[in-house]
Amino acid sequence: MTTESDIAIKVQGLAKSFGDVQAVTTVAFEVNSGELFGFLGPNGAGKTTTINMLTGLARPDAGTIHIGGIDCTRKPRAAQHLIGVVPDESNLYPELSGFDNLCFCAALYGMGKTERQARATELLEAFDLTKAAGRKFGGYSKGMKRRLTIAAGIIHRPRILFLDEPTTGIDVASARQLRQMIKALHNQGTTIFLTTHYIEEAERLCDRIAFIMSGRIVRIDTVANLVQPLREKHVMQISCPNDVNNLSTQLGKEFPDQAFSSPEPGLIQVEAATPIHVGPLVRFLEDRGAEVAEARRIRPSLEDVFVQITGVGADVMRTEKEKKGGAQ
Amino acid sequence: MRLWIAFWNIVVKDFRTYYLKPPNISWGLIFPLAWTGMFFIKSGKGMESISSILPGVIALSILFGTTSLLAVTVTFEKKNRSFERLLLAPIPLELLMLAKTSGAILFGVFNAFIPVLMAAFLVDLGHVNWLVFIPAVVLISVASTFLGLFIAVAVSEVFEAQTFSNFFRFPMIFLCGLFFPISALPVFLKPLAYALPLTYGADLLHGAIHGGNILSVPIDLAILAIFCVGLFMVSLRNIRRRWIA
Repeated sequence: MTTESDIAIKVQGLAKSFGDVQAVTTVAFEVNSGELFGFLGPNGAGKTTTINMLTGLARPDAGTIHIGGIDCTRKPRAAQHLIGVVPDESNLYPELSGFDNLCFCAALYGMGKTERQARATELLEAFDLTKAAGRKFGGYSKGMKRRLTIAAGIIHRPRILFLDEPTTGIDVASARQLRQMIKALHNQGTTIFLTTHYIEEAERLCDRIAFIMSGRIVRIDTVANLVQPLREKHVMQISCPNDVNNLSTQLGKEFPDQAFSSPEPGLIQVEAATPIHVGPLVRFLEDRGAEVAEARRIRPSLEDVFVQITGVGADVMRTEKEKKGGAQ
Repeated sequence: MRLWIAFWNIVVKDFRTYYLKPPNISWGLIFPLAWTGMFFIKSGKGMESISSILPGVIALSILFGTTSLLAVTVTFEKKNRSFERLLLAPIPLELLMLAKTSGAILFGVFNAFIPVLMAAFLVDLGHVNWLVFIPAVVLISVASTFLGLFIAVAVSEVFEAQTFSNFFRFPMIFLCGLFFPISALPVFLKPLAYALPLTYGADLLHGAIHGGNILSVPIDLAILAIFCVGLFMVSLRNIRRRWIA
């Protein structure tokens, strides 16, 4: 049973509008201490607005926010010492070196000179930035900027860390390195609130996930529970280079326990409640002149769940990634 | 939480990042020199005019130095979102903004003493009432800096900060009794002169340097202090309304 002291973030009836636009509508959720909580949704869904309200950068129109048991609705800045924030853009000081940026961020939390210098050195080493410590932040690559921004977010060892799109816009190697760092922080017991529109990243990292759509939470659950209903279904895709649209209908008649569809030309998708045997299907197709290039079982992912729940296709998410200059 | 560590480091960081940069130092030197030279030549009275134009030059140096730098630096940090770092820190907003403005206030005080140093080589400043002069310089710096803060909160872009600053600054050159006495202004402009903080600062400086003040020193100091508090409170309210909305 979860007690109040186990809850790091508790949000009830949160709402925020900008003029006529209702950005967030009666959002409610709890994040347990030590949990890595994913907050997923397409651009404009209300992710950043929610983070801004949770971190004190925006005032909610309605609802309550408790961070580490502190009522942030009444005292918006009272929980600032408990939280670390890594915004979606690297916002350190371009004129300062990596080392000086970290020392300055540590000073904002009241850390003494010796302590902040030791902590900055430790983080620069942990984030593989020791060699660039003396260089100006403005001259860093995107991946280095993201790493230093995360280091700045945890300089004061916050209990709760807000990560807003941490891997957006950086190269594959840096993204992988950042994910490992996020995992390490999680393993050390930091509560992490992660927003991302990389669904596979959330699936890999998060304990629980909330889907937000048009300012409303549409589903919250563990990754396993979210994917389970789809995993109980068996899915196979058969690639046939020649036209197979008519064959889908014929397959349906021949194999009534299985559902057939053609999501794109040259592809047949088979769904069934019981395991699918590939042999009879391939033989049936080949007997009717179809050339079967490939038949593979599909393991349903969180992306399928997301598409099912939100109605937003993976192609839309990919477009958003491209707009943000992302690479994974 | 040792708030003074945060306060001190914000001031030091701003000095390193903005105020001690060569262009700003040269601005602090060239600007007063140019104003002094211009009014010195314009007066045509030789060295004796130095004392009468010195208060105006000091006030202008402070006004232009503080408003320019503060409005631009705050707008710049807001634009590149590094200001969010400060807003996320566990520091009361009042203290945070005092730290953010302290650098500009010190820069203003530094700017004020450049024309004084230049004048010291040309005329005898032994008669200056430093007990009035120093508080006057500090209060003018504070009021001008908070005016810069008020401007910074009102705009979104760096170029808007400069344009909006000039909307306040240039009328002050003529309306606040810096070089032309308020008594010489048209009647309809006199109330406007008394609605501007620099009028009281300039009056204090005139009084301290050559004894030609209109209002008494305590009244000038009190009104200037009220302007400082008022501008700071309005700026804080605007920050809460616009930046933490």
